[in-house]
Amino acid sequence: MPEMMNSAVVQNDRDATKNGVLLSIKDLRVWFELKRMGFGHAGDVHAVDGVSFDLHNGEAIAVVGESGCGKSSLMKTILGLYRPTKGTILFDGEDISMMKTAQLKNYRSHVGYIQQDPYGAMAPFMSIEQILEEPMLINGIKDKAQRQKRLRRMLEEVKVFPVDDFLPKFPHMLSGGQQQRIVIARSMLLEPKFIVADEPVSMLDASVRVEILKLLRGLQEERHLAVIYITHDLSTVRYFSRRIFVMYAGQLVEKAKVQDLLNNPCHPYTNALLAATSDPDGNNAKVIKELPPGEPPNLINPPTGCRFHPRCPRIINGLCEKEIPPEFEPEPEHKVACWLYKP
Amino acid sequence: MADKPLLQLEDLVLHFKTTKGKVQAVDKVNFSLMPNEAVVVVGESGCGKSSLAKAILRLLPKNIETYSGKVFLEGQDIMLLNDEEYRKNVRWSKMSMVPQAAMNSLNPVLRIGDQVTEPYIIHTGASKADALKQAKKMFGYVGVPEDFLNRYAFELSGGMRQRAAIAMALITLPGLIILDEPTSALDVLTQANIFNVLKKLKRELEISFILITHDIATSSELADKVAVMYAGQIVEVSDATSFFTKALHPYSRKLMDSVPRLRGDKEPDFIIGQPPSLLNLPTGCRFRDRCPSRFGLCDQDPPVFQLGDRLVKCWLYKDSKEAVHA
Repeated sequence: MPEMMNSAVVQNDRDATKNGVLLSIKDLRVWFELKRMGFGHAGDVHAVDGVSFDLHNGEAIAVVGESGCGKSSLMKTILGLYRPTKGTILFDGEDISMMKTAQLKNYRSHVGYIQQDPYGAMAPFMSIEQILEEPMLINGIKDKAQRQKRLRRMLEEVKVFPVDDFLPKFPHMLSGGQQQRIVIARSMLLEPKFIVADEPVSMLDASVRVEILKLLRGLQEERHLAVIYITHDLSTVRYFSRRIFVMYAGQLVEKAKVQDLLNNPCHPYTNALLAATSDPDGNNAKVIKELPPGEPPNLINPPTGCRFHPRCPRIINGLCEKEIPPEFEPEPEHKVACWLYKP
Repeated sequence: MADKPLLQLEDLVLHFKTTKGKVQAVDKVNFSLMPNEAVVVVGESGCGKSSLAKAILRLLPKNIETYSGKVFLEGQDIMLLNDEEYRKNVRWSKMSMVPQAAMNSLNPVLRIGDQVTEPYIIHTGASKADALKQAKKMFGYVGVPEDFLNRYAFELSGGMRQRAAIAMALITLPGLIILDEPTSALDVLTQANIFNVLKKLKRELEISFILITHDIATSSELADKVAVMYAGQIVEVSDATSFFTKALHPYSRKLMDSVPRLRGDKEPDFIIGQPPSLLNLPTGCRFRDRCPSRFGLCDQDPPVFQLGDRLVKCWLYKDSKEAVHA
């Protein structure tokens, strides 16, 4: 297995430089309006506030952040479920924020979505067969035989054997790992170009997590899929993606290759996340960890300047609370929005 | 550390009656906990670890088939107490619990202060004002601002609600707190903060903990001792340092191998197959079908072998030293 992993990283590296940009996001902002008494403007929730990145064909990236940092809003906007307030999302050169409903429907058929809670993501009254046929029916695959062929092949790919035993079952009859395999199969049935995986293993048992992540990585390589892997668990990221983005309070504060980020974390928030992540060790219980105080800010009135400044242990007084830090590049392909790295 | 255990379980059994048959959730569990010690019970979901917590605290559903064994708390067998004595003298006064998803089990229509003080008022007969004073002290320990006592649960973040639930378990100053998956729904930073709080409580108030979890990596933040549970049985009990360096039972080793690590280059592995249903358990070793080291003897139920201070229920250790339990 270790060889497989190394080759995966190398493969991804080569792919990303060779292949074109699939998804290009520029200065994306998603704000939700708050109304006073049902009408009248009372402010905005700045869920996503100035996010830019490129996703290449066949590339896996991870977005890491705590709950409430806007990663789900970012993902839903990319899926075309929310309209961006500002900014552009170019998919194969077309701006999805400008698309009409019919075009959006076509766009969504090119994008797969793996939900966090597999049980919640499947209708409890439908059999596995019906659940898997649904996306094909909606997207106009009328030939029953073709649908059957596709879903059987897909189930074999996600290693749900024997297929005939599973088709008539209902979601509650499956274990958590099997449910997640069905959700993964469903997301790939229409042969999308990229997949958004929203915490695909956080609801699963520790012993099954690795199995599902490996399955997902295998499928990603085989089908040359681009994947956005959203998670709050840094320890699983490096088994899955090439690049990692750290999100805090609606913004991407650090973007780097996974190894660079782990070897040389720059942003104080990234450092805090790494310090908070434990590896099993008998000595852990003996020390109390140094952690930033407080909680992530309210996104209705985010802090001025750098949004992490009220919790930051390395604050530069007079600068961080006033000026929004731009992106600096302390090493190639490693960007960080923090004044500490001003050249 | 005192040499008398605070809590000692002997052949604790909890079987449920269901329409499908007998669920052997807790099957002859033995372990002990010293004062000011933290034991982590790890296992996959459905292995009976939450039922073990319920069996210790006697928070039982109605469909009990068997509930037997001995539970010694400070030397007294609390299984002999009737329910009323148990409620008065044991639960919450000597040990309390932070249930699974405690942060979501706070009553939404009561102020936090009313809920946190309730066990204190009931168990000590204190006045509301005294109870609030005590609650403020507890909030100080767990790091919640005092004015949160007047708020409602929905006004607090998940981390703050979890801390309030810990304060509620702590308010009567019991010697032992059982935590059932205390941080599984929380973010990494919040998780680490909660573990800092628990470490502080252990040092300053000398509280003992039983921590029930499937997350080995974060459990190492508190563990003095690790008990591994599989299909209703404890298969290994080891001190934390030895466990995290070299686990004994093949299941424990597999569990350790399945932990993704942030540091180091070890590729995680997974355990093939699924744990057996507690309705229909195999004879012999229950891990047999998934075990990479199985051999002829595994058809028979393995006894518990003692290796130094460590206990392991596996035939691989039959030649190490003599068995302590048959």
